Amino acid sequence: MKKILKVNDLSVSFETYGTDVQAVRGVSFELEEKETLAIVGESGSGKSVTAYSIMRLIDMPPGKFDGGTILFNGEDLTLKSEKQMQEIRGKEISMIFQDPMTSLNPTMTIGKQISESLIKHQNMSKKQASSRGVELLKLVGIPNPETRINQYPHQYSGGMRQRAMIAIALACNPKILIADEPTTALDVTIQAQILELMRDLQEKTGTAIILITHDLGVVSSVASRVAVMYGGKIVETGNVDEIFYNPKHPYTWGLLGSMPKVDSKGEELLAIPGSPPDLADPPKGCPFVTRCPYAMKVCRNNMPEYTHLSDTQKTACWLLDERAPQVEIPETAIVGGYKQHV
Amino acid sequence: MARYLLKRIGYILVSLLFIITITFGLMKLAPGGPFTSERKTSPAIERQMQEAYGLNDPIHEQYFNYLISAAKFDFGPSFKYEGQEVTDIIKRSFPYSLLLGLEAIFIALAFGVLFGTIAAIRHNKASDYTVMVIAILGISVPSFVMATILQFIFSMKLSLLPIARFESFAHTILPAFALATTPLAFIARLMRSSMLEVLNADYIKTAKSKGLSERVVIYKHGLRNAILPVVSYLGPLVAGILTGSFIIEKIFGIPGLGREFVESVTNRDYTVIMGTTVFFSVLLLISILVVDLIYGWIDPRIKLANKGANS
Repeated sequence: MKKILKVNDLSVSFETYGTDVQAVRGVSFELEEKETLAIVGESGSGKSVTAYSIMRLIDMPPGKFDGGTILFNGEDLTLKSEKQMQEIRGKEISMIFQDPMTSLNPTMTIGKQISESLIKHQNMSKKQASSRGVELLKLVGIPNPETRINQYPHQYSGGMRQRAMIAIALACNPKILIADEPTTALDVTIQAQILELMRDLQEKTGTAIILITHDLGVVSSVASRVAVMYGGKIVETGNVDEIFYNPKHPYTWGLLGSMPKVDSKGEELLAIPGSPPDLADPPKGCPFVTRCPYAMKVCRNNMPEYTHLSDTQKTACWLLDERAPQVEIPETAIVGGYKQHV
Repeated sequence: MARYLLKRIGYILVSLLFIITITFGLMKLAPGGPFTSERKTSPAIERQMQEAYGLNDPIHEQYFNYLISAAKFDFGPSFKYEGQEVTDIIKRSFPYSLLLGLEAIFIALAFGVLFGTIAAIRHNKASDYTVMVIAILGISVPSFVMATILQFIFSMKLSLLPIARFESFAHTILPAFALATTPLAFIARLMRSSMLEVLNADYIKTAKSKGLSERVVIYKHGLRNAILPVVSYLGPLVAGILTGSFIIEKIFGIPGLGREFVESVTNRDYTVIMGTTVFFSVLLLISILVVDLIYGWIDPRIKLANKGANS
């Protein structure tokens, strides 16, 4: 498989009131053609900032790149000018957002909003763009696309708006689609439909997807690989089976444990106690140390290196060091009822 | 749409009735009358004059007579200017105020929207602060101070523009700017805050993520949404400016409607007070209606609300 995106040691910070908030601290990952990579983590873990950095949609200032590269087709996106980025956005890499209620322009018809990027990137005439728009709406499963295309966003339901957003994002057949919590604002049945649609379209178009989410249910149904982010770092990454059935990082355990189970009736939902670290003054060692039930002395001052557990899975945790005590994966974090030992 | 319009025109008529009633009442409550003057007139003559103008009739009769003639667009003769109908006075003076007002509105809108947008795009930078300082000055400096400053600089010092009177286009420039200052500053502030809000909206991010240039993002996606508060401010502004400003017209020696309006009150020129008030109200109500229609045209969500109100 060809790698189309390589993010290397990316660091992004925001200057606010004299302090630098280091939202992303040395993140590296790769994206292969036609795959779906999920980036999971709680609010403030840096997952959205990572995604917006790839699109270069972070306002600079207050944001700034502190280092690292984002290689897309071998070219470093962090060095591109705004003009060059405009040629990439929407054409090579596009994005869909969390809330379809607010991410469409209320004063413009859906058709116009789809046409814009077609006219800009593919030099279509208005007429061509509009008929392509109808095709796209049909593709994302909107009934009566011929009439729907001339309607305004407020005439669409929430799920249909997200479909329309997907149509806009896929208009120019981008290589990469970044989906920033695309189902968070939708109700469960619509969520399932949108995920189904994304899977379906990926098969048809071959677009690689970066899915930003905090919903592990969503991850399991669409992603092929997962990166778990915490405190501006990727703490564990692996393919879906590895993350769900053989997780090694206590934070991943916590995430899996806090997911409600089908058979959990009337039990209290588990949460990870504590709150994420202050990234204006990030911890020297592992960012999870204050909330980790297995924290050791070494964790406080030294950030663990990645331990490569397989070709695909790597985890940054001192528990994997040979000198560390053997810890078993907690009961609550076991998915699907069977248990594997660390 | 036709039903909606009819309904709105109905509301306008009802509002007018209220306005006429209240103005009529207040006017009658105010002490003095059109024939009170420093020069002593004999009571017999005064009584005769009041009789001639129907001022001795019972008040409700006067009121209903006025309503009936107003419905026929007959606002009666002026009490002060002999042989002049109220409609003549409005016809004579309104064109000056209209021309001046249109110029002022154009200036206020064009510069206000431009300055506000620039300030929002350059948020927290030098040009933002400059625009906002100018805007605060514009709001706080009264128009008569502004007018005299403009006269001093452009007429007396630089001799670029005529200082007063209303004879050519050049004569209208200073009063139009003086009249536009406050609304311009207000529009700039409105525009800045709504543009800042819009630029942070999700659909702006969507527009950027399509690879559109900053200019297209701001003018095609931002402006139309950001201008809505300005449009709603426009209704009362248009009516207020078009009917003239007493102060500006006085300073620049322009025979506009604003002057007639204020002078009719001091003169207790009953028919002119009523006539100009009705005229002002009609203008205000119609411009509010027009603003609502423009609103619906800019923001398609509003049209739906109108349809809802219809059914």
